Amino acid sequence: MDFEFNDDQRMLQQQMREFATEVVEPGAEARDQAADMSDDYVRQLAELGVFGITIPEPYGGAGLGVIESSIVVEEISKGCGGTGVLISAHNSLCVDPIMTFGTEEQKRKYLPRMATGEMIGCLSLTEPGSGSDAGAATCRAELKSDGWHINGTKIFITNGKQAGVMVLIAVTDPQDPKRRLSAFIVDRPHPGLQLGKLEHKLGIRCSSTAEYIFEECVVPETALLGPRGAGLRVALTTLDGGRIGIGAQALGIAEACLYHATEYAKTRVQFGRPIGSFQAIQNKLADSAVRIEASRCLLYRAAWLKDHKQEYGQQAAMAKLYASETASLVANHAVQVFGGYGYCQEYPVERRLRDAKITEIYEGTSEIHRLVIARGLS
Amino acid sequence: MDFELSDDLRALQDVARRFGADHLAKNARQWDREAELPRDIVAQLGELGFLGLFIPTEYGGSGFGDLEATVIMEEIARYDGATALTLDAHNALCCAHVLLAANAQQKQKYLPKLASGEWLGAWALSEPGCGSDAAALTATAKLEGDHWVLNGTKQWITNGKFAGLYVILARSKPEGGKDGISAFLVERDFPGLHIGLKEDKLGMRASDTVELTLDNLRVPKDNLCGELHRGFRDTMRVLERGRITIAALAVGLARGALEESLAYAKQRVAFGKPIFQHQSIQFLLADMATEIEAARLLTRKAAILSDAGKPCNFEASVAKLHTSEMAVRAGLNAIQIFGGMGYTKEVPVERYLRDAKICEIGEGSSQIQRIVIARHLLNL
Repeated sequence: MDFEFNDDQRMLQQQMREFATEVVEPGAEARDQAADMSDDYVRQLAELGVFGITIPEPYGGAGLGVIESSIVVEEISKGCGGTGVLISAHNSLCVDPIMTFGTEEQKRKYLPRMATGEMIGCLSLTEPGSGSDAGAATCRAELKSDGWHINGTKIFITNGKQAGVMVLIAVTDPQDPKRRLSAFIVDRPHPGLQLGKLEHKLGIRCSSTAEYIFEECVVPETALLGPRGAGLRVALTTLDGGRIGIGAQALGIAEACLYHATEYAKTRVQFGRPIGSFQAIQNKLADSAVRIEASRCLLYRAAWLKDHKQEYGQQAAMAKLYASETASLVANHAVQVFGGYGYCQEYPVERRLRDAKITEIYEGTSEIHRLVIARGLS
Repeated sequence: MDFELSDDLRALQDVARRFGADHLAKNARQWDREAELPRDIVAQLGELGFLGLFIPTEYGGSGFGDLEATVIMEEIARYDGATALTLDAHNALCCAHVLLAANAQQKQKYLPKLASGEWLGAWALSEPGCGSDAAALTATAKLEGDHWVLNGTKQWITNGKFAGLYVILARSKPEGGKDGISAFLVERDFPGLHIGLKEDKLGMRASDTVELTLDNLRVPKDNLCGELHRGFRDTMRVLERGRITIAALAVGLARGALEESLAYAKQRVAFGKPIFQHQSIQFLLADMATEIEAARLLTRKAAILSDAGKPCNFEASVAKLHTSEMAVRAGLNAIQIFGGMGYTKEVPVERYLRDAKICEIGEGSSQIQRIVIARHLLNL
């Protein structure tokens, strides 16, 4: 056993940490208030290579693994949770299914442009009536002579505003209960595909969350990703991996909260001494640290298992569940340590409490994860 | 990174698991009721090499590190917490202190006996008036001729009833706080060592806990263990490392609670289906399983750092705090899953809860661990 990163991983961590400190964090408050991120900022991230981290070298990526992509998301999320999910959703929800289920032609068409960040990726899965129950999707894809005709609405699409390509889950065989859904790769912009409303959210405000409206959106027959009827499998496999990314995001948010709370506790003086010398504050910091350490162990073990082509679904679910609830808990502790200042946007923990909450909801709620974990026990 | 146990460790795990399943599981309830661990179990632990976990092979020990110890402790505690605690006090407190501080002659004299199980080891730090605040201990040691004479009372001495060797901490310099404490190697039959009655405890009942009265206890001068007046430093190092094996013990207890309640949930029917199929029960089990996984990883991480000789004070405290509190939650959840049955001694989960509680108290309470962790974070 060995819990330590190798030298290359440590270098990557250092590089990301510096970028997060110098570039990501300083703009985070403004991005949060604007509820947007600039194209220039996304380009800067692209130049850093974060969008091609797991893409094999022949397709223009760095050819690294899930441990490395988790390091990237963790470190960037320390500066800004919304930026963390931009990277995680691109890598886990779009690059990953294309690498796993795509044909050689599809990989050659999309991966090089995704690696450079020219195309940001997203997953179009959720619908107004289908969230945790992904199998209940109704967005329809019908095969006609000129290709697949897509009609329906998808919501809560992370990266929806920026995306140049998506993996779409749609109903191809409504009468076949086991093979109702299929996955597609759809370019954007695309005739028949309209960007609907952008959500106004509690947290991760700079990350776009979009609605896509498909009206006679026709894609070629070759847009099918994986076998016809395998859509639910594509979606669930993708979400298994996505959980590691969100776990990394949650971990990064939690670590930043603990860092800021600790620094504040060292300098804030009340009753004649730094508040960090009071056991009431020490207990909050210690409890935060314990949960963060535990989250990190769970997260990197899940990543390691995926990198080693072993079963990892159960471990990823545990990591995501634990890390996301940790992020909310630790962010809440941090706001408490900051007191009234913690409740204000001027200080660095208020935003993170809002950002943390989403990690308990998206890419599988905590409730879904507990079901997944319990089923895995039997 | 590498998150897998080596083949050797897996084989060791298998040996410990089989011993637990075959020799401990079916008797643990009786031992708990009778508040007594049979002597032949200790002998069997000795034969397996589990009483010389850290003792080098040249003294007849197993020469293991902390990672091996955590693997063994988890398996033993899975089946019987009291046996695991007996092992822990012997290996991680008594033997560890001898290994850390004793001179070559002392090691030669005592380690083979400890490793074989001929002598069980105990370790005496706490007193009626000092627990967490260990440096406040008041037992005294005065040099008179070629003997140290010890006076005072030592409390909560695990293995104290049957031990052959006691490491006893006493104040060798009246002033000086923690810089006036020394450790002494005390054989059971040294004159002046009085072994009190066993404590009647909530849990870990088959593990004996006694009070020691040191009444002009005469210890040969040569039995000073480690540097004079520097025993507290060694004590802290022993406790720091000892947290790792206690953490593993707590993981084992929690795993017992999970495995027992999972098996029950699959066969107990309510509202027309096994209770395992109800989400409320699934959630309890999922939380237990997740926390156990995290706890085991934290414990092994600390063990690996310790084995590599790297600083692990923070990691050991994190592991100890998380695992012990997690084990209590697991015990409570397990009783909840068993319902009324869980509240009885018909099933073992109430014992897991009772046994787990001590992990939040012994070898540095949760409150002390939080202070250690916070001080690390705050660079205090």
